[in-house]
Amino acid sequence: MAEITPKPRPKPFSIPRQPMPEQPASVRVKNFNEVPYGFTADLAVLEAQRCIQCKNPACVKGCPVSVKIPEFIDLVAKGKFAEAARKIKETNALPAVCGRVCPQEEQCEAPCVLGKKGDPVAIGRLERFVADFERVTGNVEIPKPGASTGKKVAIVGGGPAGLTVAGDLVAFGHDVTIFEALHKAGGVLMYGIPEFRLPKDIVQAEVEYIQKCGAKLECDVVIGKTITIDELLEEEGFDAVFVGTGAGLPYFMNIPGENLIGVYSANEYLTRANLMKAYDFPTSDTPLSKVKNVAVVGGGNVAMDSARTAKRMGAENVYLIYRRSKKEMPARIEEIHHAEEEGIDFRLLNNPLQFIGNEDGWVTEVECQVMELGEPDASGRRRPVPVKDSEYKLPVDVVIMSIGNGANPLVPATTPGLDTNKWGNILADQETGKTSKKGVFAGGDIVIGAATVILAMGAGRKAAAAIHDYLMTGNW
Amino acid sequence: MFPIVESREIAKNVFFQKIQAPRVAKKRKAGQFLVLRKGEQGERIPLTIVNSDPVEGTVTIIFQVVGKSTAELSQMKAGEALQDVVGPLGLATHVENFGTVVCVCGGIGTAPLLPIATSIKNAGNKLVSIVGARNKDLIILEDEMKAISDELIVTTDDGSYAKKGFVTTALQEMIDAKTKIDLVIAIGPVPMMRAVSEVTRPHNIKTMVSLNPIMVDATGMCGACRVTVGGETKFVCVDGPEFDGHLVDFKELTMRNRAYLREEKVAMEKFEHKDGKCMGGSN
Repeated sequence: MAEITPKPRPKPFSIPRQPMPEQPASVRVKNFNEVPYGFTADLAVLEAQRCIQCKNPACVKGCPVSVKIPEFIDLVAKGKFAEAARKIKETNALPAVCGRVCPQEEQCEAPCVLGKKGDPVAIGRLERFVADFERVTGNVEIPKPGASTGKKVAIVGGGPAGLTVAGDLVAFGHDVTIFEALHKAGGVLMYGIPEFRLPKDIVQAEVEYIQKCGAKLECDVVIGKTITIDELLEEEGFDAVFVGTGAGLPYFMNIPGENLIGVYSANEYLTRANLMKAYDFPTSDTPLSKVKNVAVVGGGNVAMDSARTAKRMGAENVYLIYRRSKKEMPARIEEIHHAEEEGIDFRLLNNPLQFIGNEDGWVTEVECQVMELGEPDASGRRRPVPVKDSEYKLPVDVVIMSIGNGANPLVPATTPGLDTNKWGNILADQETGKTSKKGVFAGGDIVIGAATVILAMGAGRKAAAAIHDYLMTGNW
Repeated sequence: MFPIVESREIAKNVFFQKIQAPRVAKKRKAGQFLVLRKGEQGERIPLTIVNSDPVEGTVTIIFQVVGKSTAELSQMKAGEALQDVVGPLGLATHVENFGTVVCVCGGIGTAPLLPIATSIKNAGNKLVSIVGARNKDLIILEDEMKAISDELIVTTDDGSYAKKGFVTTALQEMIDAKTKIDLVIAIGPVPMMRAVSEVTRPHNIKTMVSLNPIMVDATGMCGACRVTVGGETKFVCVDGPEFDGHLVDFKELTMRNRAYLREEKVAMEKFEHKDGKCMGGSN
């Protein structure tokens, strides 16, 4: 890939939003390769030329980490892709990830002025393009770390929040070590989001970038078990700790048959497939059942990821069982659309009542009931109500429970003085990440509950600024 | 990387390895386990920590070859290194002066029970150990158990060594003889732990068992290791591995442990016939 000299700019509003080239559905359901190919340089320039360079850009306000959107897009429009990448990296250390998995339609792209008359600028696709350009051309500039402050910070969890904090703190000149419980850093980017949506070598390239920037990484360390927070502070000489352990504990429905063989949490199913590469079994040692009929319970992005993974694992029928209608689904529209294209059988307004198994303990059927929508509940979405005598059974060999995650208890359980709420989430100030324990900050899913990559990164940026302030002033 | 310091076969298909893992060695308590991964393509394998030396920074594991991953691990020699060792995981055994404690081990279960029995003894309990296996060749750590026990009973199913019969027979005899038993700890194959729990149930003798379900991350994130205890779903990796044997749904555990039998067979066949040559396995 090379930078190009763009043709003269056409008039704003005269160019339509450029579609993303992608693998046809019939082909991609048979492989784990990434679905969208990404913009070509020509497409990227054309799309960038649509931006009208608002003086007071609303898009930046919509971005949780305030990426300098008009500036980077202007550089793309001028064909200066490497410069554009550096511009993004001034505020976002993981653009290749964010360009792929951020819900741009509700963040930066939602307030885009062009969206009022037609389609907003494809900011996410452009972000992905420049990040990929920088990586593929090998022209990644490593910023010099700040002058050493002599302060040591431990980051608990190598996911999006932790990586962001680490990136910012090394720039301030602090000595940073990331402790990761799994054997690879990246958190949900590695174990949760499938290869076909976020290739794992891209995640690892971003992790390596943070390391090249100066952050140390220690995998296979479970904070709360291998070392406690108090030991980090008192014995290992850390001056501050950031806890970004994510949302780890899978929820189940507590209905009959949920412990039958073949009933998975989405975390287990996706971890086997993504982190442990079960799709490559027996070349990789971790297996995953290859079966004909799969039911996924839930309606979020994780449910879509699970359903699409099951299809790629060879399932003929994949049912997505969701108790409300499509309108209330929490998944991104793009993900729902991709799942539909790939032939996922949406069983909307359906709720599982129980799972039925054979004598060997394998799940064989799911009993569902049809629902209708009543008045809105506490979540603001209309409450699903069962339709009388609507029960029916679906034959299934695997069920994937994708109804959410709670807080992992390992860190709070072993950290005296660290307060949590009734769901086990760590109580932390939303603006600074400060917890009830001096020197300990927290952010991301462990504080706000299961959310998005970019919100975790936004929390990470705020926490990094607050940690820096604390380290330099000593004020708590 | 985590270098293997020592590796040897201590009984048929049962291997002893000492691994350099300083952070785990420093922290580990009786009853806890670790997860290891041989290499980049490897599974995450949970194994109980049998012993540790915080000074030299090593942990000891003892495992039986049951499939491809353990077969591969058994072929690793001193000087080679494991890709990953994570731990210590799970809750440590609750130890206090209970009175008289009977530790019942079946086969490879003696390995995880040895450190627990040692702590039990050190806490001032009277320790009776019942060590059993299918046959003489499968009895492990007999001397080690003898050294810490006030009384040691060894059984073999086929009578090829010591007392003929099951560990439950020996335990039943103790109960019949009106021996005062305050706690039983049983570790071994699932059918054995289940049988021990059934022997003690009518006499209301508290019985702890250590469960070994399929695990992936082993930090509470994936839920693969869930087991029903007293009607509630528990995650063995964070809530266990030890539970009240009278409350465990052993039938469910047995079934869930069979989830990948088919895939394990595929992996083992591929391993044994790698490059057209027989690499190992049974002969």
